[in-house]
Amino acid sequence: MIRFEGVSVRYDDSAAPVLSGVDLHIPEGELCLVVGRTGSGKSTLLRTVNGLVPHFTGGTLSGRVTVAGRDTREHPPRELADVVGFVGQDPASGFVTDVVEEELAYGMESLGVAPDVMRRRVEETLDVLGMAAVRDRPLASLSAGQQQRVAIGSVLAAHPRVLVLDEPTSALDPQAAEEVLALLQRLVHDLGLTVLLAEHRLERVVQYADRVVLVPGGGRPLVVGRPQDVMATSPVAPPVVELGRLAGWSPLPLSIRDARRQSGSLRDRLAVDVRPAARPTSGPLIADVRRLVVRYGDVVALRSVDVQVRAGEVVALMGRNGAGKSTLLTSLVGMTGASAGTVRVCGDDPHGLRPRDLVRRAGLVPQEAADLLYADTVARECDQADRDAGAPAGTTAGLLARIAPGIGGTVHPRDLSEGQRLALALAVVLAGSPPLVLLDEPTRGLDYPAKRDLAAILAELAASGHAIVLATHDVELAATVATRTVVLAEGEIVSDGPTGEVVTSSPAFAPQVAKVLSPGPWLTVDDVALALRPAG
Amino acid sequence: MSLRSGMTAALPRHLHPGAWWLWALGLATAASRTANPLLLALVLAVAGFVVMSRRTDSPWARAYGFYLKLGLLVIVIRVVFGAVFGAPLPGTVLAHLPEVGLPEWAAGVRLGGDVTVEMVMAAGYDGLQLATLLACIGAANALANPKRLLRAMPGALYEVGVAVVVALSFSPQLVTAVSRIRAARRLRGRPDRGLRGLRGVAMPVLQDALERSVELAAAMDSRGFGRDGSAPASTRRVSGVLTLTGLLGAAAGSYGLLDATSPALLGLPLLAVGCLLAVLGLVVGGRTASRSRYRPDPWAAAEWITAASGVAAAVAMIVTAVTDDSGLFPSTSPLVVPPLPLVPLVGVLIALLPAWLSPVAPAARTGAVRRDPAPERIEETV
Repeated sequence: MIRFEGVSVRYDDSAAPVLSGVDLHIPEGELCLVVGRTGSGKSTLLRTVNGLVPHFTGGTLSGRVTVAGRDTREHPPRELADVVGFVGQDPASGFVTDVVEEELAYGMESLGVAPDVMRRRVEETLDVLGMAAVRDRPLASLSAGQQQRVAIGSVLAAHPRVLVLDEPTSALDPQAAEEVLALLQRLVHDLGLTVLLAEHRLERVVQYADRVVLVPGGGRPLVVGRPQDVMATSPVAPPVVELGRLAGWSPLPLSIRDARRQSGSLRDRLAVDVRPAARPTSGPLIADVRRLVVRYGDVVALRSVDVQVRAGEVVALMGRNGAGKSTLLTSLVGMTGASAGTVRVCGDDPHGLRPRDLVRRAGLVPQEAADLLYADTVARECDQADRDAGAPAGTTAGLLARIAPGIGGTVHPRDLSEGQRLALALAVVLAGSPPLVLLDEPTRGLDYPAKRDLAAILAELAASGHAIVLATHDVELAATVATRTVVLAEGEIVSDGPTGEVVTSSPAFAPQVAKVLSPGPWLTVDDVALALRPAG
Repeated sequence: MSLRSGMTAALPRHLHPGAWWLWALGLATAASRTANPLLLALVLAVAGFVVMSRRTDSPWARAYGFYLKLGLLVIVIRVVFGAVFGAPLPGTVLAHLPEVGLPEWAAGVRLGGDVTVEMVMAAGYDGLQLATLLACIGAANALANPKRLLRAMPGALYEVGVAVVVALSFSPQLVTAVSRIRAARRLRGRPDRGLRGLRGVAMPVLQDALERSVELAAAMDSRGFGRDGSAPASTRRVSGVLTLTGLLGAAAGSYGLLDATSPALLGLPLLAVGCLLAVLGLVVGGRTASRSRYRPDPWAAAEWITAASGVAAAVAMIVTAVTDDSGLFPSTSPLVVPPLPLVPLVGVLIALLPAWLSPVAPAARTGAVRRDPAPERIEETV
């Protein structure tokens, strides 16, 4: 269906090719997963399939890519639209119209599908997506999971034979990701669609893949094979695979079910809990939220929330999109005013503080880390941050070197990788050395090694007396780093307690290791490795 | 009209936006031909009544109030200017403003002096006329979704239509980006209010906007936007030349029609020829387009009735203006009680018909939509 023959891609502004010598054939009806570290060229590989590379992005493509017999050299993306459906990373930025139904029809209108056929297909697609009830809703009012489903549906309605998806679940909460993946599964099985998808969150998708393509980056040759084989050596792997590697299981498990069936002996070995008991943190009270109510018009975002955060704690805020996580964070930095109740950070109400005073008490890394960055080079950004925070010159640059060594000072912040940009934003926030550090959805776009680095940084910050609150969908990150987890739903706290207790009590929030080793108290592969060390 | 279309007119549906616009422009034309406050008030009442009975709960429908307020502002400004700068009219003096003597070269301009009831009324009539025109445009906006109007554009103008739709959905995104980035400035310890707060937001916002537009362009390209079908280049060229010449002719013709001093040939005939050419160009261009249209709005009996009722108001007013315009421009000096001429009265009242004869808009199934830019979207159970 998709055939790459000796494909190399080089962008004009870089000396080294992103991809080189790619030979790959993806047969019809296959679900092929593309994995690799951030910036390794996954997106480039996906974009060559419908000709966006090089027709749209520029750069030089040598070799040949054919889709359903059509050569992308002669066919620009619009001429391939009837064969390849492409869904980009951020579904909202690709919407052309503003209502669900019209968005579904848009692609077909461009392809000149007859009106009666179009009408029928829109109805069918609404049923496939399970979205008939929201057909006339504005796209902007949908949840992120619904938006992603509309984006998939809008290319699906044109009946392409190949579906290409770039990180379809990265921005979604676990439940919404389930919705999208269930939809993809159904498409592959019922319609025989060929699906090529790139994803960082391997724990969500790897068990569904027929084949895995590992893009090692730097133009090195691709590793292609069955998921078990590729995962055995992949630099990015989900916790269940890491656990399998650690325990030496063969074949390597890809799903909880596989792993659980092999885990009997491991569970016996781990019967004795040798972890040091978590000490209750008794640091000074940093953030004190009492009976907080926040309303946006007639929508209540937070209703009577009570949270206290002490120095040395890492608190993970979890809950589905729209549960009020971001609102709680913005309230803690005073960006959102309280409708009732009180917010105190180091004894002051952040809403009344001048920005200059605020940065010494609380710092927030927003969801779009780039929002914090204005300068045109990293070095200037660091200087600016020192001045903003009134810190001695070189503070931010020093912090950055500690958090993410090796970032050149002359690079434009927008050219950094997702993880490096997050590190820079974090360094900027830490320049004021605020006791309270907040992060909103920090793992979006981070691969496993980058997440591990982030977890190490956060643990170090907590150890040095910062209080950290992070809103995240990433149960693995929460399991790794958080001492306490707070789950929000509909603006209310539904559970608040030590991470181990909270995440193991419900399957939706349980990390993979906990599911495999349940009812044991283990949350991460590192926990298990630590426990095995004295024994073995 | 067949029985079937007569039946469907009664079912709730969106009326073709073009019909609402024709109706509103008819009323506006009627208003532009008279300064009689009674007739203008009648036009306002008719437009307002139809809007109240047929508008939806959409954001653009709420804009009607804005147009009314704008009209009120126009009246106030017009009256104040008329009182302070207007040509003096003898009559009942309301107030005496200090008069400023102006140099010789500014002859004809007056500043201050006596303010008479006649002056205020003359300015008020003028202002009311402008306000009525605004209200008519507002009514069209409130009744017809601007995006549906764009979707009803002829095929050859499709690209233009998409560009406008994208721009329309882009501006709210820009507003969200500005508030997001301003909020982030506060996190950096910089002022987030005032002029200094605004400076330095522009660059990130523009970068953000640029990135988004590139992404949108890629998405549109991937989905087949701009597939050129099988039209030969010559056809496209002919269509372009026809359309452009036609539009230029139409523009010149409208100018000739409105400017009483230009020769008669420059008026209506040129406008007609221009329109014909433009339509021809659009037809030729539209035939070659390989696109289709999803659920186009039908043009049925209700559309004819609505458009005709607006045109009737305009025709009644124009006929009166040609035959006997004494009732349309009541004297303000001396001040008289404005008469209520019969033909325009009936004409404007005809424009009230859509309040009963046009279909009701379907009830929106939209749930609660958060209006202010909030950091997170609302999850709603499907």
